Amino acid sequence: MSQLINSVLVLLVLTGFMLLGSSRLAACIRVVAFQGVLLGLLAILMQHGELTVTGVLLPLSTAVVKGLLLPWLLFRAMREAETVREIEPLIGYNLSIIAGSAALVIALWLGQRLRLPTEPPSSLLVPAALFTGLTAMIVIVSRRKALTQVLGYLALENSIYAFGTAIALRLPVLVELGILLDVFVGVFVMGIAIFHISREFEHIDTDKFAAPTNQPR
Amino acid sequence: MISGSVVPLIVALAGAPLMQGVIIRTKSVIAGRTGQPLMQPYRDLWKLLHKGAVYSQTTSWIFRIGPVVGLASLLLALALMPFGGFPALSAFSGDVILLAYLMALGRFLTVLAALDTGSSFEGMGASREVTFSALAEPALFLSLAALARETGRISIGPLLTAVSWSVWAHAAPMLGLTLAALVIVFLAENARIPVDDPATHLELTMIHEVMVLDHGGPDFAMIQYGATLKMWLFATIIVAVAAPWHSGNRWIDTAIGLAGMLILAIATGVIESSMARLRLLRVPQLLLVAIVLSALAVAL
Repeated sequence: MSQLINSVLVLLVLTGFMLLGSSRLAACIRVVAFQGVLLGLLAILMQHGELTVTGVLLPLSTAVVKGLLLPWLLFRAMREAETVREIEPLIGYNLSIIAGSAALVIALWLGQRLRLPTEPPSSLLVPAALFTGLTAMIVIVSRRKALTQVLGYLALENSIYAFGTAIALRLPVLVELGILLDVFVGVFVMGIAIFHISREFEHIDTDKFAAPTNQPR
Repeated sequence: MISGSVVPLIVALAGAPLMQGVIIRTKSVIAGRTGQPLMQPYRDLWKLLHKGAVYSQTTSWIFRIGPVVGLASLLLALALMPFGGFPALSAFSGDVILLAYLMALGRFLTVLAALDTGSSFEGMGASREVTFSALAEPALFLSLAALARETGRISIGPLLTAVSWSVWAHAAPMLGLTLAALVIVFLAENARIPVDDPATHLELTMIHEVMVLDHGGPDFAMIQYGATLKMWLFATIIVAVAAPWHSGNRWIDTAIGLAGMLILAIATGVIESSMARLRLLRVPQLLLVAIVLSALAVAL
């Protein structure tokens, strides 16, 4: 079982690197969706075989929302904004991957130092969660397109979810459903916002969002 | 130090060109052609050995020893490799470092010989070759370090024989990552398709092939043979990690190893038929991925 958990966590780390290294928005959306599915799988694996109905249904609904519903919303936003790829990020892709490696080192170091109230089922869990969060922050800071920044936000939420599975084996159902709903509404609103931004400015490059009066006509 | 068996070396010397033949044949079959006979690489080598070599007046002795050192370093490196159930011809503590640097020595002389010709194309090829191999080397070292850490051996022969299904059972993620990194290094070091196209003859995009344009006859035969040996060497590492069957009978293990090599050759042919070559600027990214994968394997 711990081998399976470890494999899932390694895949989670690799998706972080894929998010850092790919320029196509569609690929990034799929990567974040895959992260959501992995997290659902992780939450099911964490229950040590004693499967309950809510214990399976909750992770499953997480996987469905993050793996199907959110990507669908994001793909729609991408189509409406008519952007296919992130051009010229502030930090290049090779440099992003190197920064990701540094983030991995930091995450591993922090994961060893961090004392948790309960021993996590895998020594890799906390580093993987921290690493996902750090990559998400790199993405939010270094990419220009609003859509990629939304993806960074989603990856950040994924990392918090992963961290949550480490410290609290069973959150109250209501809280989990509430978080899921929040994320869904968040992405829904951001999708609409991206649509309006792209209609107003004819692009979604965040660093060109200066006040329209300052722009040369 | 010489304590092992000579079988792995003989198998490698005899079988290496066949692996090349299998890859070319796979590509032909997928492309819908009959393709050249499987034994064609041997015939090519034989033909080249019977030709004379032409040396440009601008070249010096460096140009002539390049292919010789390249082949000799690979022969030495292969003496460190086990195959199937047979131990390597020679093994001592820390020979993983020697293995990597023997290959680096061969490459260094190939690059020097390419620069020695004074051709601008060969200079470009040399520059690319060293850039990419500088990125492939950390990935190779980190992969070997991950394996060494898991098995507790730092000699390549015992290290590879120590990998077994029980190691897979308790360290599957780590071995999977190592394997993925090794496959990328295998493709990059042997100038296979996502990195370099071995069939191309357009100088502007070639990497490895462009460095050896001026070699002819027996020199070129040595280079070609060296290339097949290098591929065999990397393939041995991959097969030893991916299919660690130890039945107890050495000949059965050797047969399993050969079957693994055949599968890897066919897989390479399939990869080459189904993928386009990466843009030159994207190749460092692929190699960075290999470094990251292997670093993650060490960290696990």
